[in-house]
Amino acid sequence: MEKHRVLIVEDSPTMRQLLVFALRRLRGVEIVEAQDGMDGLRKVSSDHYDIALIDINMPVMDGLKLIRLIRGEDALKDIPIVVITTEGAREDRDRALALGANEYLTKPIQANRVLSVVRSLLKVG
Amino acid sequence: MSGDDQKRTDRAEEFVQLFNRGAEFTREIIRENERLRVELVRIRDRQESAAQNPRDWSKLRQELLERIQSLERECTTVRERLDQVEQENSDFAQRYVEVEEENNNLANLYVASYQLHSTLDLDEVLKIIMEIVINLVGAEVFAVYVLDDDAEELAPVAAEGLELARFPKARLGSGILGKAVASSEATCWNTTSSRDLTQPIVCVPLSVQDRPIGAIAIYSLLQQKDGFSPLDHELFNMLGGHAATALFAARLYSQSERKLNTIQGFIDLLTN
Repeated sequence: MEKHRVLIVEDSPTMRQLLVFALRRLRGVEIVEAQDGMDGLRKVSSDHYDIALIDINMPVMDGLKLIRLIRGEDALKDIPIVVITTEGAREDRDRALALGANEYLTKPIQANRVLSVVRSLLKVG
Repeated sequence: MSGDDQKRTDRAEEFVQLFNRGAEFTREIIRENERLRVELVRIRDRQESAAQNPRDWSKLRQELLERIQSLERECTTVRERLDQVEQENSDFAQRYVEVEEENNNLANLYVASYQLHSTLDLDEVLKIIMEIVINLVGAEVFAVYVLDDDAEELAPVAAEGLELARFPKARLGSGILGKAVASSEATCWNTTSSRDLTQPIVCVPLSVQDRPIGAIAIYSLLQQKDGFSPLDHELFNMLGGHAATALFAARLYSQSERKLNTIQGFIDLLTN
């Protein structure tokens, strides 16, 4: 079975654990966690990932900057990115999508919605 | 024999062969025609004989009618069973959705309580309470209050959305927050925001064994959140108990650390 590697970039351990709980329901998924944007950049640059779930408000480096850097790298620019954030304003959504995010989900998250988006972007059943 | 004669002879032989094959094909057609004619006569005889024998005909008709009725009964039974299976299927699908939702809610509660009890550091516990209220409940402006040692006044110790200093203190037993904490009853109004910091939309009293130790007061929800779900109420209940226990344990631990350091210092003083 094909294995999918998922990177969660989120500063809140509570949210990370909740996302891990949700994503574990997908078969053949390997989950790696990063605790801020810089950690996320380090991890995404040093290994292959099939999708990245990125929070916006994070210390050290925020999610929007991370998305910009990922989309600026030839080797990384095609990774599907899902933004998961508390920012529900239309302009925040538009900004993240304009920078290259594929999906924009607001907190509090619905596990089913996250799974459905990840399944769709990974093209798994 | 000249060349022309030879050609004529070859063509004559070809013609004879062609003619023989045509004759053979014609004979086959005649034989097949004869066979079909005999078959047709036999079928006609059988039909005439059946039509001429009313008893056989009636018996056959009766058998066929019974067979049709039996098949119709079977069809009705199968249709009823299909309806039943469809209904069961729909019930299972509905149940699946409910179980899935329950599962998600339990995951939220588990993660929240797991995180709350993952540390004995008071600041960490407060940070985790904040994370839960922001990320799992979806609150934008809120504060965590702690009851002072005299159990008279609630003071804000951590806040989100506004500066901590802007949140007013509250006396136990007075005002929305003070009354909620005194009665240990969570209060929740059906609105998404309040500008008045003395009137939170949600008060979650934090108590350990019926002893109040503080509260979480929520003043507004994130703009994408338009109300409270059953999970939110479960989270409030969980926070009321688990956040209180975690805060209480962290404070006790911090006090015991301080005492331990004092005693150690005293012992060091005596022994040196």
